[in-house]
Amino acid sequence: MAQASAPRTMLGKIWDAHEILRHPSGPSLLYIDRDMIHEGSFHAFADLKRRGLMPRRPKQIFGVADHYVPTRGRALADAASPAIATMIETFDANMEWGGLRHFGLKSREQGIVHVVAPEQGITLPGLTIVCSDSHTSTQGALGAIAFGIGQSENAHVLATQTLWQVRPKTMRVTIDGVLPQGITAKDVMLFLIGTIGAGGAGGHAIEFAGQAVRNMSIEARLTLCNMSIEAAARLGMVAPDEITFDYVRGRTFAPSEQEWDVALSQWREVPSDADAEFDREVHIDGSKIAPMVTWGTSPEDAVAIDGRVPEPASFEGEEKRKAAARSLEYMDLAPGTPLDGLKIDRVFIGSCTNSRIEDLRSAAAILKGRKSVVPAIIVPGSTEVKAQAEAEGLARTFQEAGFEWRDSGCSMCAALNGDFVNPGERCASTSNRNFVGRQGPGARTHLVSPAMAAAAAITGRLTDVRRI
Amino acid sequence: MKAFTRETSTVVTIPGVNCDTDQIIPGRFIKADRAQGYGQFLFHDIRRSETGELDPAFPLNRPAAAAATILLVEDNFGCGSSREGAVYALVDHGIRALIGPSFGDIFYNNALKNGLVPVRLPEADCQRLVQHLAAFPDAEVTVDLATGELILPADLGRHPIVMNDFARDCILRGLDEIEMTFTYLEQIEAFEKARIGSHAWLDR
Ligand code: SF4
Repeated sequence: MAQASAPRTMLGKIWDAHEILRHPSGPSLLYIDRDMIHEGSFHAFADLKRRGLMPRRPKQIFGVADHYVPTRGRALADAASPAIATMIETFDANMEWGGLRHFGLKSREQGIVHVVAPEQGITLPGLTIVCSDSHTSTQGALGAIAFGIGQSENAHVLATQTLWQVRPKTMRVTIDGVLPQGITAKDVMLFLIGTIGAGGAGGHAIEFAGQAVRNMSIEARLTLCNMSIEAAARLGMVAPDEITFDYVRGRTFAPSEQEWDVALSQWREVPSDADAEFDREVHIDGSKIAPMVTWGTSPEDAVAIDGRVPEPASFEGEEKRKAAARSLEYMDLAPGTPLDGLKIDRVFIGSCTNSRIEDLRSAAAILKGRKSVVPAIIVPGSTEVKAQAEAEGLARTFQEAGFEWRDSGCSMCAALNGDFVNPGERCASTSNRNFVGRQGPGARTHLVSPAMAAAAAITGRLTDVRRI
Repeated sequence: MKAFTRETSTVVTIPGVNCDTDQIIPGRFIKADRAQGYGQFLFHDIRRSETGELDPAFPLNRPAAAAATILLVEDNFGCGSSREGAVYALVDHGIRALIGPSFGDIFYNNALKNGLVPVRLPEADCQRLVQHLAAFPDAEVTVDLATGELILPADLGRHPIVMNDFARDCILRGLDEIEMTFTYLEQIEAFEKARIGSHAWLDR
């Protein structure tokens, strides 16, 4: 009895509520409420077919085409190559075979899986959600356990609606204070990863807490949790509160009005108990964060925009020094170069990190009445976001600024659909990964917030948005 | 899954901290059917020149590396994208075990599901092994999953392979996890009934 009443973390509560059994050798057999599918899941379907199995709980599985979809039009013929078109066709075929609800290329619910799931009310507080995509962590922003899996695990979920998992350790990241004007969740995460490192949260589930987080909209919290995987966290989460409940209410797959009070009473139990203990605690003073930018090829290579490209010799340890030197060579940067003013060739605003309506509003606020001096594209996170941005007049602002206004998808974030950054080009990007070759072979990525990307577009240089 | 009990091999060192899965297999190859073999894509862009020839300086391309089935990697290996193609590429190339200070979580799980054994070895021990291999490139390492030991050459010692018993047992026996889970179907169904009962909106 004493055990059961011990204070628990949010992770612990949701975990316990989904644990079917614990194997004597350690892992839990977890019940999975929702499995999200995208085009990359074809290996899992091949596995099911080989075994003669069908998806066990079709209603709890949702498909969205995003990684390979064209952004210059919504016809299969718009796909960049026959092989890419085949990925989209295979996705549709697998979804129909499995009797699974899916939002294909032409659907008005289509978009990037981690933007669509919250938008449609598929993501809800207290759920366990998986998707064969590392940025599934995004969806923890509503107070859920949401994490990325591989295709073998995906096949396991499709077949059994369960997964064997070892409970992660917990880490609370408290962001105190009020973020200065113009500082976004993206800057917070680049700052955090720059501080604790790309491996800094390895094996942990992050719970974001603190005044700055409580003040954040759901859109911003989604950005926060999205990037937690870049610190090697298993998942990220934010306690559900009134902002969450307001966001969820009325969405397609959310509880109905009749069910609302029951759901709400369940959700109010989800947040960590006041004296719950975390395995690790990290504190950040949100009021001290500046607009951030990356200089290297790992998200941990992040500095404030008024900083400089570091000397490889300044890093601790031989491996880090070598990594920094390799990054600088790939990025074609000399140590000591100021980031502010660095010439760029292209701007990409999009990805599951920064393509929601708020992100587009903040970019539009900078671009209004100005012109981009470099090629720039905006790819909304979902077809609904696109429609809303058009209704609000943001699309016009972007087009008048010379941006290409595209259809929704992953696009230049992972360069799988044929949208890519040319070799050697430097791109200010609102995506989440600046890895070697991520945006195309030889592409050089500088990760920034949407407002910073917009500022870079109008000057053709990395620019401190606080000056604009 | 191919069972794994014990593997002895020379070791190839892959340089680079935070070696993400985009480096292990670039995104443009993950559309491929597994039947065509993923080994050809392994480390594609860091292993080859722009024109596609193998770079003789890349460790895996050296003639002596051909027979090696164990890789020594750096911190946070396999971070980034969840693409299981990264594991397929390693497995199809013939790699059976990895040794490194830490691995990306999803990559680590993906490896286990494919019978690829990732062994976590403290950074300092990894460094010692790197130095030893520089002097004795033919030195062999044994990953003995049955006894749970990593046996390093010379005086570098024996180290416990820390892995949860469940995963270890699955790999040792080459067990099919989905079939094994189905043996718990009764519990799953009972749990599910209660869960859906109190969360009717999950079933629409
Ligand atoms: S937008 Fe980028 S990070 Fe997000 S799901 Fe798509 S490819 Fe992955």
